Amino acid sequence: MNVRTRAAGWSAGLAVVLVVVVLVSATIGPVRVALPAVARATLNAVGIPTGVGVASGTVALFGATVSVPVPDLSYTYLFSFPVENTDETIVRGIRLPRIVLGATVGFALAAAGTVMQGFFRNPMADPSIIGVSSGAAVGAVATIALSFSGPFSIQAAAFLGAVVTAFAVYLVATDGGRTPVATLLLAGVAIQTFLGAMVSYLLLQAGESLEQALYWLMGRLHNAGWSDVAVTFPVALVCFVVLAAYARDLNVLLLGEEDAHTLGIEVERTKRILLAVSSIATAAAVAVAGAIGFVGLVVPHMMRLVVGPDHRILLPTSAIAGAAFLVATDTVARSGPVEVPVGIVTAALGAPFFLYLLRTREVHSL
Amino acid sequence: MTPDLPGPLDALTGDATDATEATEASAGERPGETPTALDRIGGPNADETLLTVDDVSLAYGDARVLDSVSLSVESGEFVGLVGPNGAGKTTLLEAISGVLTPDAGSVSVGGQTVQALSSRAASRLVATVPQDTTVAFEFAVEDVVEMGRTPYYGRFSGDAGATEAVERALDRTETAQFRDRSVASLSGGERQRVVLARALAQETPVLLLDEPTASLDVNHQVRTLELVRDLVDADGKAALAAIHDLDLAARFCDRLAVLADGDLLAVGPPADVLTRDHLGTAFDTDAAILPNPATGTPAVTPLSSPSDLDLSVHVVGTGPATARTIAVLAAAGASVTVGAVPSGDVAATTARELAAETVTAPAFAALDADVEARSRDLLAGADAVALVEPADPPLQALARDHDALVRVVGDPDALEDADGATAGPDEFERSRDLPDPVCPETVLAGVRRALERPVEADD
Repeated sequence: MNVRTRAAGWSAGLAVVLVVVVLVSATIGPVRVALPAVARATLNAVGIPTGVGVASGTVALFGATVSVPVPDLSYTYLFSFPVENTDETIVRGIRLPRIVLGATVGFALAAAGTVMQGFFRNPMADPSIIGVSSGAAVGAVATIALSFSGPFSIQAAAFLGAVVTAFAVYLVATDGGRTPVATLLLAGVAIQTFLGAMVSYLLLQAGESLEQALYWLMGRLHNAGWSDVAVTFPVALVCFVVLAAYARDLNVLLLGEEDAHTLGIEVERTKRILLAVSSIATAAAVAVAGAIGFVGLVVPHMMRLVVGPDHRILLPTSAIAGAAFLVATDTVARSGPVEVPVGIVTAALGAPFFLYLLRTREVHSL
Repeated sequence: MTPDLPGPLDALTGDATDATEATEASAGERPGETPTALDRIGGPNADETLLTVDDVSLAYGDARVLDSVSLSVESGEFVGLVGPNGAGKTTLLEAISGVLTPDAGSVSVGGQTVQALSSRAASRLVATVPQDTTVAFEFAVEDVVEMGRTPYYGRFSGDAGATEAVERALDRTETAQFRDRSVASLSGGERQRVVLARALAQETPVLLLDEPTASLDVNHQVRTLELVRDLVDADGKAALAAIHDLDLAARFCDRLAVLADGDLLAVGPPADVLTRDHLGTAFDTDAAILPNPATGTPAVTPLSSPSDLDLSVHVVGTGPATARTIAVLAAAGASVTVGAVPSGDVAATTARELAAETVTAPAFAALDADVEARSRDLLAGADAVALVEPADPPLQALARDHDALVRVVGDPDALEDADGATAGPDEFERSRDLPDPVCPETVLAGVRRALERPVEADD
């Protein structure tokens, strides 16, 4: 059908843009690598998971060390083009994991932001509106400040904090099986404020790890490895697929909840699913990359201007554009004389653009 | 569009599709075909009760909004729900569509209880045109109409009947010409038709409309209701509409239901339902109910202030202007007598409806002695006499015998000549001898004036 064609066309076009951005980004860095070498090295890095094993990791908790099983995927690589060894190491070992992680995070945040804006019928909504980022911040900063360590301990704590917060906000706002959107919004604001206070307190207690905690809060992708990608990418992909399956329902929800009900949408159930899945996607992104602002707010707005409000087109295009946007901004963040957290770059670029939108576009609903 | 993408959570939560299909299967239905609910229930010609509201009560907290409301609407019938603000009209419509669940009682469509169905199944039976049709996001008209197909849309299979149903709905509502435009760019009347098209695309046997004419101009009010009327007549839908405008309701609906304080006060043909008693109770106002000269349906004229004209007034005259005068006076609380009036005259009909004592004479005959005598009796017993002009000389002669005479004119041309007839209070003096136009305020003012200062020797 028409919508399907348009969605596929826009998505394919943006996917090409994403690939170009990824390849160009991988050439940039302290050592310049030629584009053809980057392309070959990138293709060499394309692998499909073919086996699952179990490795063991260690978790240190208050001095004691515990051994925990960690799933370990084995991959089959599809290509093996000849590339110079140093180029291969730089591109595949250092730059690509960071770029792919950035793309994944941008993808998840933009998808979740699109859904939240539609869900709340509020242009100011972003993926963290119900406190997901604040919850993640509490989890991560607590882990850093209290010096827990172990594989993925910061990420796991951040993810847990995010999901628990989203669930708490949902519970607070739900009464008698109904969750009014306005209550949800206000409960989110209140809990975010509370968690902000907790983060401030934890920072005071952080001592030597203060810098690490601050870097986390600003949102950064450095030191990203393939293991981060392996955890985040599947979560983001599954969440996106679920959200995409509900794109049509989200369109109908834009008409208002009563209209949606008379048009056959199980409103409360649909809201629960959209909220849960977009919160999980956001949590997965924030857990590995910290609180990166404005991607989930600005990218959906930009795409809505281009492709219109239909979520069947808007959702996939926003997600892909979000991926390209974050890869591009992270490239800027790491290519200056001193690397800055990518969250600073996205906010520095995103906020002026958002103000421009506010000044030039009529805001139809709040 | 991404309906084919698998949604893992569906498996966890139990998708609505399963529940719907189970319902359909139990109704002897093959899921793939998505026939319209109308076909299922019996088609346009089945002259049967489609919508049954049975003893429905509903409260918001302690505030009881609906109190044992029972109502039924047949196939091919258009019922208007009238009543004052806050009477529970919207609540009743929402209880029927399943948005609200009644505390007691049930709503069924074609034998299926709406509250027991999934909202998906319910929305194949009942379509709603909401009061507020603004759409915040800039969807194209066609996309909005296509949203009416949501109840037929499988997350994984799409909707085979969508294109055809959407085209039909666009055609029917004459919205096809702006199908690609954004709904946000349409006028109120156009948007109303788009939302109506959306409801049509749902292909339901029952259509609910909440104040479909509230924000429209006169032309679009009539066009909207004509369209609903046509849908009901041609497609055999059962329509229930909350309508503010009593005259329009009377004109387009087969029956009216008066809802006041959550209670159905009266249900029946407009002429039976729109009575002073009902309107007085429901709206807490006094109104004159007069036949609309153009359509013949009851027209309701609320009086500016509820009055208690504790008088008897005798009305002399013929035709619609006389009928209106009678109604105005009766509505104002006067005990009205009439005569002599030709038996088939609209004034005689009105007089009968308002239970006024009336002397009738055969049409086109001179007044015989008996009729004249009886008329004089009534006239003499009245506190005031209203003479509706132009009147035949014998009637004029009859009326002029009375001291307190008010002359009323129904012809607008006569009004224009008689400048000052509608002027403010200080000009009444000057225009005392000019007839007053027939409208509630002037007739009542005229009667009061005539009583205060009886016309001495009327030239």
